[in-house]
Amino acid sequence: MTKDGRAQVLSAVRTALGRSGDRAAEPSAVRERLERPQANTVPARGRLQQPELTELFVTQALQAGATVARVSMIGEVPAAVAAFCAEHGLPSTAIMAEVSPLQDLPWQAAGVRAEGRLVRSGDSLGVGAAVAGIAETGTLVMLSGPENPVTANFLPDNHLVVVHARDLLGTSEDLWAMLRERGLPLPRTVNWITGPSRSGDIEMTMLMGAHGPIRLHLVIIEAATGTQ
Amino acid sequence: MSLETRSTTFPQQVRVARADANLQQALGKLKFGLTAMRGAAVAKLPEFEQLRHDAAAIRDHTLNHLDHYLLRFEAAAKARGGHVHFAPDAAAANAIVLEICRSVDARKVTKGKSMVTEEIELNAHLEAHGITCLETDLGEYIVQLRKERPSHIVAPAIHVLKEQVAETFAAHHGPALAGGRSEPAALMAEARAVIRRHFLEADVGITGANFAIAETGSTVIVTNEGNGDLTQSLPKVHIAVTGIEKIVPTLEDASTLIRLLSRSATGQEASVYNTFSSGPRRPEDPDGPEAFHVILVDNGRSSMLGSVFQDMLRCIRCGACMNHCPVYGQVGGQAYGSVYPGPMGAVLTPSLAGIEVAGHLPNASTFCGACEAVCPVRIPLPKLMRHWREREFEAGLAPSASRFGLALWGFAARRPWLYRLLSRAAATLLARLGGRRGYLARLPLGRGWTAWRDLPAPAGVTFQAAYRRRRGGDADAGKG
Repeated sequence: MTKDGRAQVLSAVRTALGRSGDRAAEPSAVRERLERPQANTVPARGRLQQPELTELFVTQALQAGATVARVSMIGEVPAAVAAFCAEHGLPSTAIMAEVSPLQDLPWQAAGVRAEGRLVRSGDSLGVGAAVAGIAETGTLVMLSGPENPVTANFLPDNHLVVVHARDLLGTSEDLWAMLRERGLPLPRTVNWITGPSRSGDIEMTMLMGAHGPIRLHLVIIEAATGTQ
Repeated sequence: MSLETRSTTFPQQVRVARADANLQQALGKLKFGLTAMRGAAVAKLPEFEQLRHDAAAIRDHTLNHLDHYLLRFEAAAKARGGHVHFAPDAAAANAIVLEICRSVDARKVTKGKSMVTEEIELNAHLEAHGITCLETDLGEYIVQLRKERPSHIVAPAIHVLKEQVAETFAAHHGPALAGGRSEPAALMAEARAVIRRHFLEADVGITGANFAIAETGSTVIVTNEGNGDLTQSLPKVHIAVTGIEKIVPTLEDASTLIRLLSRSATGQEASVYNTFSSGPRRPEDPDGPEAFHVILVDNGRSSMLGSVFQDMLRCIRCGACMNHCPVYGQVGGQAYGSVYPGPMGAVLTPSLAGIEVAGHLPNASTFCGACEAVCPVRIPLPKLMRHWREREFEAGLAPSASRFGLALWGFAARRPWLYRLLSRAAATLLARLGGRRGYLARLPLGRGWTAWRDLPAPAGVTFQAAYRRRRGGDADAGKG
């Protein structure tokens, strides 16, 4: 039935669009658009350089309900995690992917227990790393894969994400350009995350923590240029 | 005729809605909620108008080449290991979903918010075949428990007060959690705990797709709760059901539409979760679904292509038109008797279900134009409603009273002397009836107009007379 359905739908679309003969061939406008993707209007807000990029990213993330810590090197991340746990009275256990490079950080010294495994429902804190941040909207970009299992973004009650200031981009158009430059197909999921989970479905009262994390905490690593 | 509607009873439903105090209280929040938030978000983005133009152009280009983009999407999705199915109608779409569910012996299905699955009535189909279907979007969940239909395409439970949510949860969940049931926060926490168990147990997760990207074969969901992501990443199988018109060419095109969607729908600069899904989990992935299916549903959409209604297929389902519609604001979504209410529903429902069952909907408009003014993809909604009114009239479906009235008006309008005579008489009479107040509390032969409000009385001079005098005056001024 699926095969017939395909023919039926495509034929209905072609007929409605008045296709016949030569016009059934893919026009160059379609090929061009897909082979050389172009940005449409890109808001001026996101066309920035450092250090303004970080400032806008922070402003927008805070506005979206995330909290932010800024550190100067990656070695300070465990202490930032410990501070976050202390502030919210959470157990000092951080779940991260089995193969996450974050596991190599000095967790013990900061009094944090780092567990390398998949996040389970009920876990208090998941820690991940963003491939990029989008300053225009204060958005984190997570690519699924061994280092960032997709469920880690949604199952824990608290989600803490590490992002390097050097990986901040102005807009999502910059993200697509960056990913294309890498030359790899998109992973199973690309997640843009802007603030913690929320819903306004009961009387339009916007409340945090609908199904995903109740808190989203960003740790931004602002290493001085060239020293990282 | 696959879109089941109860739109024929619209006038009766309106009376019910107007008399429903709970509904009126709930609808009262619309103006200060979604509408005000959209306005604030738009004001913060100077390029908003330019983006609307871009968005309409993206949608037009894609629709004009839809056959090619569908093929490109299919090829790209398959290259990532996904399965693509084409469903000509609701029955075909439901059958495909059922077949996939059966292939993995699914007992329980979780669902992210999807208007297309409402349109095809997927839940009823799966339930009839012994598969439990659970809506996980908070609003959809509330509506499902109440055995109602969504009353808004973005905020499905916008018609329900928190006290009613509390009653519904008490009836279905047993004793309340520690937080009680008096506040929205406690109700949401309760739903979170209940639905979380279902997420973990589900065999198949079904979502919609806000967009389907031809370049990469990805489907996109735009949500705030995270339910769509838990739906699509925990079970073995992810099925995305969406309309054929949701295709966009490139990732950049998706970026443009997403900018408009979040602001137009909820007044957010960005929705919390924008998720791009391409294929099933990769061999090295520790989680994610093992199979990924996309079902592209036609169900009447192709018949709109190449017609005066093609512009309606630009719609990105933001709901701004209904949030700004004075009619929707008075009667809510359920009165429309269609899964698509408000101005977009007034155009789309007759296209999908037939004008003979949905003829009331394009008539439920004041033509104030607010819907077109806020539409992020610039759909000329009033014009399209007018097209439906014309078709309804031509098909002889308009009510006899309005046909008779129009015939009478037509008779007079073709005889200018008669028209002038009658309009002068009516203007003089009504002005006199209006008296010094200048308002008519009751209009002869038009009680419908004055049942809820007074009619401003005419000035006593017909438009034609006033126009003649004005032109005469202008001509004089020109000479001077």
